[in-house]
Amino acid sequence: MSTPVLKLVAQRIAMGVLLLLAVSVLIFIGTQILPGDVAQSILGQSATPQALENLRRDMGLNDPAYIRYFRWLGGVLTGNLGTALSSGQDIATSLKDRLWNTLFLASAAAVVSVPLAIGLGLLAVRYRNGPVDKIISGLGLASTSLPEFFTGYLLIYFVAVQLQWFPSVSTVYEGMPFGERLSAIALPVTVLTLVVLAHMMRMTRAAILNVMQSAYIETAELKGLTPFQIITRHAFPNAIAPIVNVVMLNLAFLIVGVVVVEVIFVYPGMGQYLVDHVAKRDVPVVQACGLVFAAVYISLNIVADIVAIVSNPRLRHPK
Amino acid sequence: MSNELDYLSRKVARGHLSRRDFLGRAAALGVTTVFANSLLSSAALAEGPVKGGTLKAGMTGGASTDSLDPASWQSQVPYKFGRQWGEQLVEIQPDGKLEPKLAEEWGSSDDAKVWTFKIRKGVQFHDGKEMTPDDVVATMERHSDANSKSGALGIMGGIENVKKDGDTVVFTLKEANADLPFLMDDYHLMIQPNGGKDKPAAGIGTGPYKVVTEQPGVRHIGEKFANYWNGDKRGHADQIEIIVINDATARTAALQSGQVHMINRVEPKIVDLVKRVPGVTIQNVAGKGHYVFIAHCNTAPFDNMDLRLALKYAMNREEMVKTILRGYGSVGNDTPINKAYPLFSDDLEQRKYDPDKAAFHYKKSGHDGAVLLRTSDVAFPGAIDAAQLYQQSAAKAGITIEVKREPGDGYFSQVWNKQPFSTSYWGGRPTQDQMYSTAYYSKADWNDTRFFNDKFDQLLITARGELDEGKRKQMYRDMAVIVRDEGGVIVPMFNDFIDATSAKVGGWVPDGNQEMSGGYALSRCWLIA
Repeated sequence: MSTPVLKLVAQRIAMGVLLLLAVSVLIFIGTQILPGDVAQSILGQSATPQALENLRRDMGLNDPAYIRYFRWLGGVLTGNLGTALSSGQDIATSLKDRLWNTLFLASAAAVVSVPLAIGLGLLAVRYRNGPVDKIISGLGLASTSLPEFFTGYLLIYFVAVQLQWFPSVSTVYEGMPFGERLSAIALPVTVLTLVVLAHMMRMTRAAILNVMQSAYIETAELKGLTPFQIITRHAFPNAIAPIVNVVMLNLAFLIVGVVVVEVIFVYPGMGQYLVDHVAKRDVPVVQACGLVFAAVYISLNIVADIVAIVSNPRLRHPK
Repeated sequence: MSNELDYLSRKVARGHLSRRDFLGRAAALGVTTVFANSLLSSAALAEGPVKGGTLKAGMTGGASTDSLDPASWQSQVPYKFGRQWGEQLVEIQPDGKLEPKLAEEWGSSDDAKVWTFKIRKGVQFHDGKEMTPDDVVATMERHSDANSKSGALGIMGGIENVKKDGDTVVFTLKEANADLPFLMDDYHLMIQPNGGKDKPAAGIGTGPYKVVTEQPGVRHIGEKFANYWNGDKRGHADQIEIIVINDATARTAALQSGQVHMINRVEPKIVDLVKRVPGVTIQNVAGKGHYVFIAHCNTAPFDNMDLRLALKYAMNREEMVKTILRGYGSVGNDTPINKAYPLFSDDLEQRKYDPDKAAFHYKKSGHDGAVLLRTSDVAFPGAIDAAQLYQQSAAKAGITIEVKREPGDGYFSQVWNKQPFSTSYWGGRPTQDQMYSTAYYSKADWNDTRFFNDKFDQLLITARGELDEGKRKQMYRDMAVIVRDEGGVIVPMFNDFIDATSAKVGGWVPDGNQEMSGGYALSRCWLIA
């Protein structure tokens, strides 16, 4: 790789780090303006004022905000995310399990949906405007338009309750055999695939069709290549950048946006973990989750940018 | 044997059908009485506890923020799991009476100020150590420490000190309390080694199951404790598991597909659908929980007694029970007490929906304009619908209610007990004294109707120290009348606890103290072989 590319990549990464810092400030401010009070939320309706006051003092909630921000940032930079206010457990430890579960579900969904979406996209371009294209697009759009809880409930009713093929409760745990784990996540993976499929497929189709207008495609046609060869050899490589962009966006969604699916299928991922702690006003955990989500989002976007740079000769060899 | 007869005889064995009804239905199916009777006894025998297996419950009310420290408990899952791995001094029975648990017996001085509990011997903690009176004292100390974050701090407030005396533990109270033993059933007051002072969240107790897996908000697993002292009565399955399923549809699906054997909180809306699923039994029982509309008696315009009466007469209680609870509950009478409580007087006149009386009192109050009611779907299930029903029934009396929907997040810290007119929920307490002391005593933190009534306070304190049950009952009746006629609370309904079990569950005991058979379902029930 040449120096200008390295420079570009380094610039992107530096930008990402800066962005992450900015996000950390936003997260901190955001958690400060949440209504309600941590102590009240932890002890609930049954709390006495005395118990509330004791808890607030113990948790250092009476210090000014900026002191708490730097205390927190310092901890994060040294790998110490602190302990959860509500349960007293180490955040890094419990977050790690949840993050791993989320990544497992997201990658399983990605392994199924990305090749499927791109394959269907290529197929749609090959038979564009014909019945195959229309069927693929129609079904894809329909599955995306249905809310995920609806598809989830439908699958639970037919596949889990009636046919009993896969469990409706997708609780995974440490030490679970891999086969069982795959069977447990079959339904949520299906729902997630249906949700993200159409977006990626349509973008693949559109990006390639765009390239197909170019003069060199006509040349390839005149050269006597088959339509599918033209698409895979000449059109697809030039459409990679926009496709990777939309794939990354969807991967980010699979990691940060699946709380509804987690709730329906009782999957112990990050989303449910975050929501529980927001409800309890467990600020350190909410901040940690927010930061992890932001980091995932930013790094996936950096990857998309880098792929775009590397795959595009014009960016690789700037004038 | 016909399936129906088999099913019916099992129903009798579980106490869901009377013997007479069974014989009648058997006759209708063309079976002789002698044969039907023999069927009954074999069903009862077959219903004896079956040992072994893994009993699973799918429950709502768990979050990844839960911990094993009993002091921190307030939601369903950690507390119900706690009932399986830990125990209190006493246990309140389905009929409201007390039964010895870790205390063998107890008694009080004549003035009900000093209580002595004899602690059971030969009870082992899960770590192998024997439970001693010192552990009991330490437990009480931890929960009554002013610095403690215990949810039981409120009820420990009346205790002056707790001391060990040989095999017994002696409680000295600041003021007389005839109900003290009932307070010892509180789920926070589980006896832990050294009171949990060293490791509050270690999960070591004396219960029939020991904690083997604790994944907050995901699942909780208990394994049978071999040295449990009361193994004949409790702890039939080898292993128990609670899976946290907060979504109602997912919970029902898990029961239907056989992934769990019992679930809690079946929504009234879908009970009739769940009932039709083969093998599933709805377990509903009247409890002490009630839905309330609370008005602050000291805040305008609700400081006007006529306006409060008008608001009470404008409530259509029957309609509420029919629509909001789908019949799974009973009408309230503007007091927090119902027949589930000991010393309840059932001769109080029932307040009814009366638009004319409501209009009369409303006119007399001189109030003009809309009355603002704040509500939220977290106040109780169906609270928004209930507020709208109330709006309509009040409109017929010429009263305009403006319903304001508040966000669920933060409702109990920003609206409840702060705003002058709102909807809320009370889970009930073991005794009348506890219920009134928590929410109607003038000095209570949660006097959420801002009810200040000297006569009521006086009765409450006198009744607390009165050991004569007849006199106490009369005092509680007088207090109920005061709250009903002068208080700021409107109690349209008491809700049933609605759980559901699959065909594999045996030994379910209807217990209105809490949902899931008083919280003991997992150690009371067994898997039918």
